[in-house]
Amino acid sequence: MLTTDNGAQQPPTTAPAPAVRRLARPDAASRGRGGQRFILIGLALASAYSLFPVWWLIVAATKDRVGLYQSNGMWFSGMHVWENLRQVFSYDNGIFLRWTANSFLYAGVGSAGGTLIALATGYGLARFDFPGRGAVFACVVGSFLIPLALLTLPLYLLFSEIGLVDTPWAMLIPCLINPFSVYLAKVYTEATVPFELLEAARIDGAGELRIFVSIVLRIMTTGGATVFLLAFVNTWNAFFLPLTVLRGEQNWTLNIGLYNWAGKRAESGVDLTSLVLTGALLSIVPMAIMMTAMRRYWQTGVTLGALK
Amino acid sequence: MIRSQRWKGAAFTVPFQLGFVFLYLVPIGYAVYQSLYLQQQSGLGLGGSTEKFVGLDNYLKGLTDSVFMGSVLRVFLFSCVQIPLMLVISLVMALLLDGLTAKAAGRFRTLLLVPYMIPGVVAALVWVNLYSPEVGPLTSLGNPFGFHWDFFAPSMVWPSIGNLLTWHGIGYNMVIIYAALQAVPRELFEAARLDGASEFRIARSIKIPYVRGALVLTGLLSIIQMLQLFNEPALFRNVTPQTVDDSFTPIMIIYNQAFNAGNYHYAATLSVLLALILGVASFLFYRLTSREAD
Repeated sequence: MLTTDNGAQQPPTTAPAPAVRRLARPDAASRGRGGQRFILIGLALASAYSLFPVWWLIVAATKDRVGLYQSNGMWFSGMHVWENLRQVFSYDNGIFLRWTANSFLYAGVGSAGGTLIALATGYGLARFDFPGRGAVFACVVGSFLIPLALLTLPLYLLFSEIGLVDTPWAMLIPCLINPFSVYLAKVYTEATVPFELLEAARIDGAGELRIFVSIVLRIMTTGGATVFLLAFVNTWNAFFLPLTVLRGEQNWTLNIGLYNWAGKRAESGVDLTSLVLTGALLSIVPMAIMMTAMRRYWQTGVTLGALK
Repeated sequence: MIRSQRWKGAAFTVPFQLGFVFLYLVPIGYAVYQSLYLQQQSGLGLGGSTEKFVGLDNYLKGLTDSVFMGSVLRVFLFSCVQIPLMLVISLVMALLLDGLTAKAAGRFRTLLLVPYMIPGVVAALVWVNLYSPEVGPLTSLGNPFGFHWDFFAPSMVWPSIGNLLTWHGIGYNMVIIYAALQAVPRELFEAARLDGASEFRIARSIKIPYVRGALVLTGLLSIIQMLQLFNEPALFRNVTPQTVDDSFTPIMIIYNQAFNAGNYHYAATLSVLLALILGVASFLFYRLTSREAD
């Protein structure tokens, strides 16, 4: 359960862990060889299941149309990567590049703004006791239960009243307010920003804004990176919101563009399967690079957000 | 804490509060407002349309709408099979990881998390093609054994989507459960082993009860996600519009009511209803699972 530090429902998983547990894992060594083999086989099978679709996608991206339809899907047949890439980037006057840029714009700028707002809010919630604090936090946690459609449809109508539909703002503005980021930022602040430090800075005469900018934000670099990364992934993966508020293809994201390409076949009989698959692989690349480079951050983010 | 300091602290949360009002509270209020009205064509539809207050009529219509309630029931039944299955696999994976040295476990964990790195839409795109009899390798896999399965047949669409969701979700859920397992005091296992308990017995009697909280959490998150199922069926619809029709899941119906039928009032009603159903389902699930723990 997503709980607050002052909430009533604490899952048994947060039972205090003794410090010794990380030092050694004697249980693994003490197990019989058969047990280890059983474990390795099980995990290898699961890994194969997890990886084979990605492998297939990589292989498919190297094939031309004929190879795609006629050769064995799990192995290479001819090398047409460059040709496929050229097609993806030149189709429809290079619209794919535009979608890529849009995805980066929405996810990058939206998450950066959203992270800053979330850090300030998390800090305010974690380190100040002001009237209405509980209500704000209740809003944060309560919003986890709100279906996206309940927000997106009225938002579309409101945005169309003020002329924001089909502009980048329709994607950027909703990204600025992310309750989950606020929740994470609060948890991180509680874990890393000591009261004593803030008090010391105050005694030295530093203003509250100055304390936040030059002390708290600096301590929160790791937490901020995690919040940013998770928000970035979230926006990059978004589908329902862009599908609703972005109409013209010039403003689409990669997801919407690929969805549209994939649907062309049923719609107008144009088979873009080869383009779709190469495009799909390309759209994973930034995610894969970012997540691998920042693995430390998001793996803690995933578990921290869930367990705290 | 000094009074002025408190208010300065509150000021840090003001941008979020303002945004929350405009991006959450106002839209929800607007949806509720809309759900109480009905669009009416005046005269012969020539004089434009007016809005008429109808109270809870839209809700009555929604609750007795067999298409909408049918889709809720369909997704609910599907959840009852897919979510436990996915969580059991994730749990087994986490237990297996827990039996390895930290280094080996780290390696496998990264491999198993690869699907989580892939955007949901792209994952659905890839699987739709894997299932495809023309380009995918899976259909011909059954041929030597005399199976000629069609992953898009009416009876196979839900299992096909279920497999896709399971594939996409195992890694994420496993990481959460594994993190919970890591917090179990290791001495418990040692003590149990000294008492002669088998590894299987330890897993069943110590480890699984300890990660109950993580299982409840992942179950809850899965339910929330499942009732809002949209992306995957939308992509399946590209391939099999006959089997996956436009009222396949609740969100698809809402989207259609709003953007194809232009019936915003009814779409707003259904999204409020869906939010209520989601709230009730989460509450019931939480009560049910936490009562057992007592």
